[in-house]
Amino acid sequence: MHIAIIGNGISGITTARWIRKLSGHRVTVISSETTHFFSRTALMYIYMGHMRYEDTKPYEDWFWEKNKIDLIQDHVTSINFDEKKLILNKSELSYDKLVLALGSKSNKFGWPGQDLDAVRGLYSYQDLEQMEKYTPGLKRAVIVGGGLIGIEMAEMFHSRKIPVTMLVREDSYWDNILPAEESAMVTRHIKDHHIDLRLKSNLKEIHDNGSGAAGGVTIAETGDKIDCGFVGLTPGVSPNVNFLKEGPLNIERGIVVNKYLETNIPDVYAIGDCAQNSEPVPGRRGIEAVWYTGRMMGETVANTICGEKTAYDPGIWFNSAKFIDIEYQVYGDVRNQLAEDQNTLYWEHAGGQRSVRINYMKNGGAVTGFNLMGIRYRHEVCEKWIRDQTTIESVLVNLSLANFDPEFYKEYESDIIELYNRQENKQLKLKSKRSLDKVLRFLASSKA
Amino acid sequence: MTLIQKIGIILFIIALGIFTLSLGLSEYKLTEESLEVDSDYHKTELIQLAKEQGILNKTYNSNIEFVSTFKNLLKDAQASLNAKAEAGIPEGVQEWNYKIGDWKVNDSDEYIFPNVKAASTGLLPNNSGLFFWLTIGLGILGGLLFILPSFNLIPGIKNDGIYHSSMTRGLKVNPRAFALGATIIGVLLYGVFKMNGDVFWPLLTALVIGLIYYLVFYKQGQKELTPAKSASPIHTGWLGVITGIYLIVFYILLYWVPEYLTNWVLLVDPISRSLSGNPASKWFLYGFLYCLVVAVMGIRMIAKYRHNKYQIVRTISVIFFQTCIAFLLPEILMRLNMPYYDFKNIWPLNYTFFFDYNINNLIASGGIGIFMLVWGIVLTIVGVPVITYFFGKRWYCSWVCGCGGLAETLGDPYRQLSDKSLSAWRFERWIIHGVLVFAVIMTIMVLYTYFTGSRNILFLSSDSIRGWYGFLIGAGFAGVVGTGFYPLMGNRTWCRFGCPLAAYLGLVQKYKSRFRITTNGGQCISCGNCSTYCEMGIDVRAYAQRGQDIVRSSCVGCGVCSAVCPRGVLRLENASLDIVQRTTQIRTNHIAEMSDTFIPIQ
Ligand SMILES: Cc1cc2nc3c(=O)[nH]c(=O)nc-3n(C[C@H](O)[C@H](O)[C@H](O)COP(=O)(O)OP(=O)(O)OC[C@H]3O[C@@H](n4cnc5c(N)ncnc54)[C@H](O)[C@@H]3O)c2cc1C
Ligand code: SF4
Ligand code: SF4
Repeated sequence: MHIAIIGNGISGITTARWIRKLSGHRVTVISSETTHFFSRTALMYIYMGHMRYEDTKPYEDWFWEKNKIDLIQDHVTSINFDEKKLILNKSELSYDKLVLALGSKSNKFGWPGQDLDAVRGLYSYQDLEQMEKYTPGLKRAVIVGGGLIGIEMAEMFHSRKIPVTMLVREDSYWDNILPAEESAMVTRHIKDHHIDLRLKSNLKEIHDNGSGAAGGVTIAETGDKIDCGFVGLTPGVSPNVNFLKEGPLNIERGIVVNKYLETNIPDVYAIGDCAQNSEPVPGRRGIEAVWYTGRMMGETVANTICGEKTAYDPGIWFNSAKFIDIEYQVYGDVRNQLAEDQNTLYWEHAGGQRSVRINYMKNGGAVTGFNLMGIRYRHEVCEKWIRDQTTIESVLVNLSLANFDPEFYKEYESDIIELYNRQENKQLKLKSKRSLDKVLRFLASSKA
Repeated sequence: MTLIQKIGIILFIIALGIFTLSLGLSEYKLTEESLEVDSDYHKTELIQLAKEQGILNKTYNSNIEFVSTFKNLLKDAQASLNAKAEAGIPEGVQEWNYKIGDWKVNDSDEYIFPNVKAASTGLLPNNSGLFFWLTIGLGILGGLLFILPSFNLIPGIKNDGIYHSSMTRGLKVNPRAFALGATIIGVLLYGVFKMNGDVFWPLLTALVIGLIYYLVFYKQGQKELTPAKSASPIHTGWLGVITGIYLIVFYILLYWVPEYLTNWVLLVDPISRSLSGNPASKWFLYGFLYCLVVAVMGIRMIAKYRHNKYQIVRTISVIFFQTCIAFLLPEILMRLNMPYYDFKNIWPLNYTFFFDYNINNLIASGGIGIFMLVWGIVLTIVGVPVITYFFGKRWYCSWVCGCGGLAETLGDPYRQLSDKSLSAWRFERWIIHGVLVFAVIMTIMVLYTYFTGSRNILFLSSDSIRGWYGFLIGAGFAGVVGTGFYPLMGNRTWCRFGCPLAAYLGLVQKYKSRFRITTNGGQCISCGNCSTYCEMGIDVRAYAQRGQDIVRSSCVGCGVCSAVCPRGVLRLENASLDIVQRTTQIRTNHIAEMSDTFIPIQ
C-alpha cells in the first residue's frame, strides 16, 4: 500500500513515523516548504540567533532514508480523488491512502497595502527569510495583531534592537483568551521591554514607501501614522485549504473530519491545523492549531491506517507559551471570563511576574483548570486532578505534587494555601514538600 | 551594549595586549647567584663553562636567545661531566649527583624553567607589581565592567545573537576537522620527541584512533548515517577561532616549554610567596589564573542566569571548590609543611594519585598524609558510587570539579557548539571508555611496580606508560584540546570525550542512580533549545518530544536544558521509582492513558 502525506509538519511527519513503526507500507511525504521536517515553533529562535535552522530539525537528515520514508519537495497543485492521484508541479503521484496535513496560513483581512513587499505574516520558513531580508537598516517594525505569534515577532525584532510598535485590537494583551489579571501582567511585561504597545488600535492601511514596499501604517482609531520598514501581520491563522475548496472534499473552515480523522472521501484523512473535527470531545474545539494536537492526530491516524481503527482523543486541554520572559502553562479549560458555576483562586507574586490560578466548581469544589504564569506545573498531576474531579481543598494540600520548577526555586504552595485560607476562612495546611517519589506514587494510584 | 560595557571590553583588550607583550619585557643575565641547580658539581661545571663561553654575566635581550643559549650550556655541561665521570667519580658521591641526568636536560621544569626565571632582570621583573595591575588587574576590571551592567537587564534567558556573533558561532565542519586532525597529529609527533624517540606509544595511539574511526564509520554502519548533522554555522566565527588558537598556544607553552612564560610567573611570584612561602611555579600561575577566570566568568554566569536559582547555587559552588579547595587549601597546606593535596581531585581524573612519589610523599608525611591517602581511596571506591547513586554525576561534574568549573564559567558562551549527531555520540562512547581503560591499566602497572619493584610487565615499562598517559591524556587531551577547543567544539570536549572519572561516574549514573531528567507530559514543542544548549551534545529533544525521562551517562546535570526550555518541559530530579519504565515508554499520544499498547522505538 502506498500512503501519500501532504505536509511535512509535525502532523504529517508523526503520521509517517508511526506508519513506519507499525508497518512496512510505502510512505511518501510531500511538502513545498523545506526538504526536511523542522520545528515551526522554533522559527523565532533562528532569527534571534539562539539556534541555526539546522538545530530546529528534530531528526538528522539520514533518518528519512534509513527509515524508508520518501521525501518529495514539490507543491501539490490539485488532487484527483477519483483516480487517487496527486498533481504536483513537476510530476504526478498515485496513492492508495492520502493524509492531508496542510497546516495553516496567516490571516489577512483585506487591509489596503497588505500585499506590499515587507508585509509578512510569520508562519513559514520563507516568511522568516523575508524578515531577515528586510532587517538590515530597519528603523522600526509594526506588528498587527496581538496573539502568540505577534508577541513572538515583537520579541524577535526586539532582540535585534529594532524598535517595535504592536497594534492590538483588544483592551489588554490577549484578553480574549487570558483572564484579566494574567493579561495585565503580560501587558506590563511587554511595556517593561520598551515595546510600543498600542491597545484598542486597529490597522487602517499600510502605506507604500514609493517602491512597492511598506513605508508606514495608519491606525484606524487615532489616525496616527507610524513610519516603519516592515509590517508583521499576525492576526491569527486559518486552515491552509484554498486549493481544495472547489473539489469534492467537505470543507467548512477546515477539512471536516469525524473522530477517526476521516474526511467525506474514503481513504482520505485530514490532520493537524487544517482539520476541523466535526465531533470534538467535550471541552475541546473543532480546530485546534497547536503543536501537540498535530502530533496526537498523526499518531492516531497512523494507527487507523495500519488497521487499528483509533478515535482521536486529545484528553483534557493543555497548552503553553512564553511571553518574552514569562512562561505560561494552562491545564484544563480556563477562559478569560469565569463561568457562572465556577470560582477562581488567583494568587500573584508580589513581583508581578508569577501567578497561579485554579478554577473550581462552586458546587462540590471539583477543580477545572490551572493557569500558570512564571511557574511550572506538572502536566500529568494537573490532568489527573481535573479528570478525577478532585476538590480544590484536596488539591491545595497536595499542591506540591504539581510543582515542576527547577530545584532550589522558591516554592509558593504555602502562600497559595494561605490566600485560600484567608479568603475562605479555612485552616488548610500543605501536606508535604515536593518529591518525585510521591508524584510517581500518586500517578500510579490513578490506575487502580 | 552600554557605554560601560564598551569601556570594559576596551580595557580588557588592552590588558590582554599588555599581558601578551609582557612576555618579551625582560632581560636575562646568568650570574653565579642566579644559577639554581641541586648539586654543587653541576653548579661548578655550569659556571666554569659559562665563563669560558662568555655567557656568565652577559645580558640577553631576547628570551628565545637566552633559552637556547642556556639549553646548549646545559648540554655541554652534561657532556663534559659525563666525560669526567669516565675518569672516575669522586669517592662517596652518587652518580646522579655528579652527572646531569637526561631528564634534567630535557624536562623544562627541572633546570631550564627555574633558571630562565631566576636570570630575568630589567623592566618587568623590577616592576612586577605595576605590571601585575596593568595586566591581570586591568583585565579583571575590564571583565567586571563588561559583566556587571547585565545585572540591570530584565531577568530571563539571554541567548540573543549567539549564532550571529563571530566569537561564539563556531567553525564550519571542514576547518574544524582540519583543526582537530592537525592537533592530533601534532600532539602525536611531539609525543615521539617527548618520549625520547620511542615511537611505540605514539604509534599505538594512532592505531587506536584508527580503530575507533573504523568502528564508528564502518563497523557500526556509520555509512547509513550520512550525511551527518552539520554542526557548522553559515560563516566561520573567526574571533572564536583566534581565541581558540590563543588558548591552544597557551596550553602548549605551559605544559611543554614553560621557559617562555617566565615573565607571567614572575607577575604572581609575590602572591605565591605570601601564600605558601615558595616562589611561584608555572602551576601556581596556572592555578591562579584559573581561579580568577572561574570567579569572573562565574559572575557572568550568575548574571546571565540570575532568575534561575539552580544555576546560581551551582556556580557559587564551583567557584568555591576551585578557589578554596583546589587552590588556596593546598597552598596553605604547603605553608604548614604538609603535603600539597587537592581534596576534591579524585582518581582517575587525578591520575598521579597512585604514582610512587605521591604515595611515598603522603606516607612520609605522617598522620595527615595517611588521612589524605585514605580519603582519596575512599572517595574513589565509596564516595563516587554512593553520592552518584543519590544525586547523579552532577554532584561532581557541575558542582565540584575544576575542569567542570572552567567549562561552566569560561566555557558557557560555547556550550552550543557541542556536536549533537548520533555519530558524535558513538565516538564519545568509544573514546571516553577507552581512556578509562587506559587509566586503569596504567594505574595497575604503576602499582605493580610500586609493590614489586619491577619496572617491566611483559615487555611494557610502567614508567613509559605513565609518561605517555601524562603527556597524551593529562596534557594533550585535558588541556590543549579540552580547553583550547572551547570555541571550536564546545566547552565540554574533555568532559564528554576524555575524562576517565566522567566515564566512571557515567557508568554509575546510567546503571544505578536515582538521577533523571523528567519531561512534562505532552508540553514539548520540539523546538530544540534543550539540545542546542546541552554542552554534552545530548539530543535532549529526542527524549522530551516522546515524553520519556532522560538517563544518559554523559549528562552532567548542568540544568541548562531545563533553563532554556521555553515550555517548562524538563526538570532535574532524583527518585528511583519507575525509572526504567519512564525512560522507555512513549507518553505523547494521550499522556493520561499511559496505555500498555506503547511500541518502543529504536
Ligand atoms: C511562529 C509560530 C510559533 C508557534 N508556536 C507554537 C507553540 O509554541 N505551541 C504550539 O502548540 N503551537 C505553536 N505554533 C503552531 C504550530 O506550529 C502548528 O500548529 C503546527 O506546526 C501545525 O502543524 P501541521 O503539521 O498541521 O502543519 P504545518 O507545520 O503547517 O505543515 C504543513 C506543511 O504542508 C505544506 N503544504 C501545504 N500545502 C501544500 C501543498 N499543496 N503542496 C505541498 N506542500 C504543502 C506546507 O508548506 C507546510 O510545510 C506556532 C506556529 C508558528 C507559525
Ligand atoms: S524540551 Fe523544551 S527546549 Fe527541548 S525541544 Fe521540547 S520544548 Fe524545546
Ligand atoms: S542533558 Fe541537560 S542537564 Fe544534562 S548535560 Fe545536557 S543540558 Fe546539562
